[in-house]
Amino acid sequence: MKFSEAWLRQWVNPSLTSEELLFQLTMAGLEVDSTEPAAQSFLGVVVGEILSVQQHTDADKLRVCEVSDGDERFQVVCGAPNVRSGLKTAFAKVGAVLPGNLKIKKAKLRGVESFGMLCSAQELGMGDEADGIMELQHPVGADLAEIVNADLPLDDITVDLDLTPNRGDCLSIKGLAREVGVLNNLEVAYPVIAPVLAQSDRSFPVTLDAKAQCPRYLGRVIEGVDLSRKSPDWLTQRLRRCGLRTIDPVVDVTNYVLIELGQPMHAFDLDRLDTQITVRMAQPNDTLVLLDGQEVKLDADTLVIADASGPVAIAGVMGGKTSGVQIGSRNIFLECAYFSPIAISGTARRYGLHTDASHRYERGVDYELPFEAIERATDILLSIVGGTAGPVIESLDAASMPKQPKVKLREHKLNEMLGIEVDVAQVDEALQRLDFAVAERKQSSAGVQWEITAPSHRFDIAIEADLIEEVCRIYGYNNIPFRQPNVQLPLAAVSLQQHSERQLRQRLTHLGFQEVITYSFVDPAIESVLSRSNGLIAKALTNPMSSEQSVMRTSLLPGLIDAYKKNTARQQDAGRLFEAGLVFKPVAGLEQDLAVGGILWGRRDLEAWHSDNAVVDFFDAKGAVEELGQWAGLDLRFQPLQDSILHPGQSAGIFLGEELIGRVGSLHPAVARQLDIDSVFIFEIDGDAILRRPRRRHGVVSRYPSVRRDIAVVVQQYISAQAILDVLAEGMDSICTNITLFDVYHGEGLDSKEKSLAIGLTLQSQETTLGDEEINASAQAALALLEQNFGARLR
Amino acid sequence: MDIENVLRRGIDAVSAAEDLRGLDEVRINYLGKKGGLTELLKGLGKLEPQERPKAGAKINEAKTALQDKITERRVALEAAAMQASLDADRVDVTLPGRRGRSGGLHPVTQAMYRIESIFTGAAYEVVSGPEIENDYYNFEALNIPAHHPARAMHDTFYFGDGTLLRTHTSPSQVRTMERQEPPIRVICPGRVYRRDSDLTHSPMFHQVEGLVVDQGISFANLKGTVIDFLQRFFEKELQVRFRPSYFPFTEPSAEVDVQCVHCDGEGCRVCSHTGWLEVMGCGMVHPNVLHMSNIDTELYSAFAFGFGVDRLAMLLYEVDDLRLFFENDLRFLRQFN
Repeated sequence: MKFSEAWLRQWVNPSLTSEELLFQLTMAGLEVDSTEPAAQSFLGVVVGEILSVQQHTDADKLRVCEVSDGDERFQVVCGAPNVRSGLKTAFAKVGAVLPGNLKIKKAKLRGVESFGMLCSAQELGMGDEADGIMELQHPVGADLAEIVNADLPLDDITVDLDLTPNRGDCLSIKGLAREVGVLNNLEVAYPVIAPVLAQSDRSFPVTLDAKAQCPRYLGRVIEGVDLSRKSPDWLTQRLRRCGLRTIDPVVDVTNYVLIELGQPMHAFDLDRLDTQITVRMAQPNDTLVLLDGQEVKLDADTLVIADASGPVAIAGVMGGKTSGVQIGSRNIFLECAYFSPIAISGTARRYGLHTDASHRYERGVDYELPFEAIERATDILLSIVGGTAGPVIESLDAASMPKQPKVKLREHKLNEMLGIEVDVAQVDEALQRLDFAVAERKQSSAGVQWEITAPSHRFDIAIEADLIEEVCRIYGYNNIPFRQPNVQLPLAAVSLQQHSERQLRQRLTHLGFQEVITYSFVDPAIESVLSRSNGLIAKALTNPMSSEQSVMRTSLLPGLIDAYKKNTARQQDAGRLFEAGLVFKPVAGLEQDLAVGGILWGRRDLEAWHSDNAVVDFFDAKGAVEELGQWAGLDLRFQPLQDSILHPGQSAGIFLGEELIGRVGSLHPAVARQLDIDSVFIFEIDGDAILRRPRRRHGVVSRYPSVRRDIAVVVQQYISAQAILDVLAEGMDSICTNITLFDVYHGEGLDSKEKSLAIGLTLQSQETTLGDEEINASAQAALALLEQNFGARLR
Repeated sequence: MDIENVLRRGIDAVSAAEDLRGLDEVRINYLGKKGGLTELLKGLGKLEPQERPKAGAKINEAKTALQDKITERRVALEAAAMQASLDADRVDVTLPGRRGRSGGLHPVTQAMYRIESIFTGAAYEVVSGPEIENDYYNFEALNIPAHHPARAMHDTFYFGDGTLLRTHTSPSQVRTMERQEPPIRVICPGRVYRRDSDLTHSPMFHQVEGLVVDQGISFANLKGTVIDFLQRFFEKELQVRFRPSYFPFTEPSAEVDVQCVHCDGEGCRVCSHTGWLEVMGCGMVHPNVLHMSNIDTELYSAFAFGFGVDRLAMLLYEVDDLRLFFENDLRFLRQFN
């Protein structure tokens, strides 16, 4: 909410500088968001009268005027569309200084001399209207700065407060003044608002149908108004200094009461209301054309103000167009009601209409305020537009009116919650300053116990904690001491069976991968290409920021590929990235599981004098996964995988036993083309699977020497290395402690369907130094196994 | 016999030997079984017996002398050979070494782990939870019913089926309270989502929320914990101030400002010349929230706090645009390795 400091100080004026006052508000929980000068100073601007207007001979849009300042006549050239003979306007004479230190000098416009300038409201920092010069009613020759200054000083500031939802009571000058009074222990000079006596007995019938939602509705008829009149300067200046523009006298006055007292009001054109007002919930097929021209269908949760023909306003949010007050309206009906916060909450948001009225009603407006507000509005309105006021008619359902609960505050609870020994006299004083009525005050061995009820403007006092907060606020948050909690100190559980995600990420950085964090919501166009192989339909947001961030990733690939694309666009021609994060799979409900994925591209080694230019391939990606497997202590196995987004000849499923826990490989060239990237290598593993960590146990390390025997065998190309290693691992005697495949050859000297594998066997006994006989027997056994199973021959 | 002659020739040959092999040839030629000096010894028999000892002694003297020369020469040649070998193996030590590619953690992750370490050091447990949440855990259980104006403070992403992207990690706190009896001391780090994007807001960011439930937990304890944390995180004795605020799930609630870490409160661009930075929200857990998780508010009290990790990381690493964290530009990321 925006307010004028000078206006506030007319109600309560603590001995604080502006800076101190704003700091005090911020530290009391009414956060000052920003400030700006409320008005701008200018000098030498008077009310001038245009005596005659002639077309400039050399410019279509310029007029040459004769202007009087009451004493002398001046020739002034002006381009405003509303310039006309007889108009009284703001006249900056030669020597005047406008806002922004703009000095007015004698000038020549297209050959015609001009002695001064006629000004718009905007040029004087007095309003937003820039498309015409000001239209004034003041005496000719009067100093305009003095006129503006008469009500509020020019050095005033407009303060923008960022109020939290619980402090709806501070959304007015009255509420702020009350708060500043509490903080400084000062009396507030509330203005005396005298009732405007009814000059006629004209009224309009009102029925409360939705009593719980609207237990109090005040109405008043004012007849014979002249809405062609303008709001006075003091009123428009005050509105402007609180961030509101002037519209017409009726809107200006209701806005004024809204800012001054915090009471939203609405005015109807009485002659456009049919028969009577009913406050009710919307009925099926109810529609309303709003003030802003849009037509809305009203749902059953909407509280409406209706006449006999249908809804005329969404209660507490916005009025309808046809029943609204217009310049020709002669008779008006003022509405000033209490709507319950529950009834208004959500309505504005549902219709996308956030108004000053709904903002206040959904936070709670003082239910005793309407009487004061309707008198205030009538009084000001009559002074501007004239007319005859009828009586204020109240429709009330007393049973549905809010009742402030009795709330207990216990001294010991207060002390426990705040961690202080509060002085009860301070609590008494705080309650009194806050205008909380103390219904009962008991003293016992457990301390003092208060029972209070909050005033009608407070909607946030229902339980003891609410009172503790209030006392704490008045006491001052920064006066509460600080100390560490006294707690039990259990020791940490450190799992033997489980690595942490943190360890996993660190492990990947040791493998040369740079961590990225990509958005969890991704582009459906890319997600759908990449989820083709798992057939998942990604979960879609109903209100995304943009279509590129509108579905939840089912794998880490969209983000990794995006990061790869961005980096290659920035000449990063080699890289290894990884991400660990949740992926969202809509299978049997929704699975949100940790995944870890990587992407590799470009040269394998850093460019250096000692490295070659080889680029990464499948085995770099697989190697990274194997490293993770070894780190986890898991026996990962790799098998060719049918995955339509991966290269069929360069991709593998990652298995833990029978369980498929991930994939590794090259992106399918067709998919890469579709995504407009070069082919890259990726891996992706189920995070929870790779974090399992079988407990390590010591075996036996042999004291006897090991020997190595290498064998080279020729087998058919199609036989996988894994099959050969499996047969050896299975079939060899326990003295064969390690089997290493150290060379693969095909080419010259072999049939084109053959390959040669060189395998190193490490042999070692736990009991003895091996002799030649046993060593040779082992090598023979290996050859025999390969011959039997794969038709291998010694090379 | 001309012993001197042989010896002189031998010594000359030793000096002339250019390498160890040449030197060895000299040794064989003079001191070997058929060497010059050995032959002279064999010739002793032809001398008169009384001359033999003298001549023998002379020859032995010569042998010793030559042997000494050979030894001396060997040492010199060996040293030269070593030097030659060292010279041959010389490398330019200023050439770059052989390194693997190095990786690193994302700066937000690093900040997150720093925070986790600070709290786990005080026996807080680290708890995580789902990012797609339901309305109950994200709002209802935190005292934010359907029409509460505070919902407007959380620009929420919805899926239209009652689920949403969590707007804070508080749901993890609720799940912890449902699962565990007090005393509870947890922090809940993780990704959270709000519809907002500019220099200081990203639709996805990271939060750490903390919760302590125990007997006798007070606002003073909250202040102690928060101040301690901020001073440890920034490694500075920064001033910290608490401003009354409002969150539906805490009461009293506070916003926490820390003295600007860049200018130490002098006023600079980072703190918009106020000298203060708003870094977190906190408060005593609202009784309604504790009741919903079946915690007896007459027996226990609790405090909670929450802050954006990305924001703290920005301050710690002097990053001026939050969105840089999610661009994943390698040149940006590698600065933090």
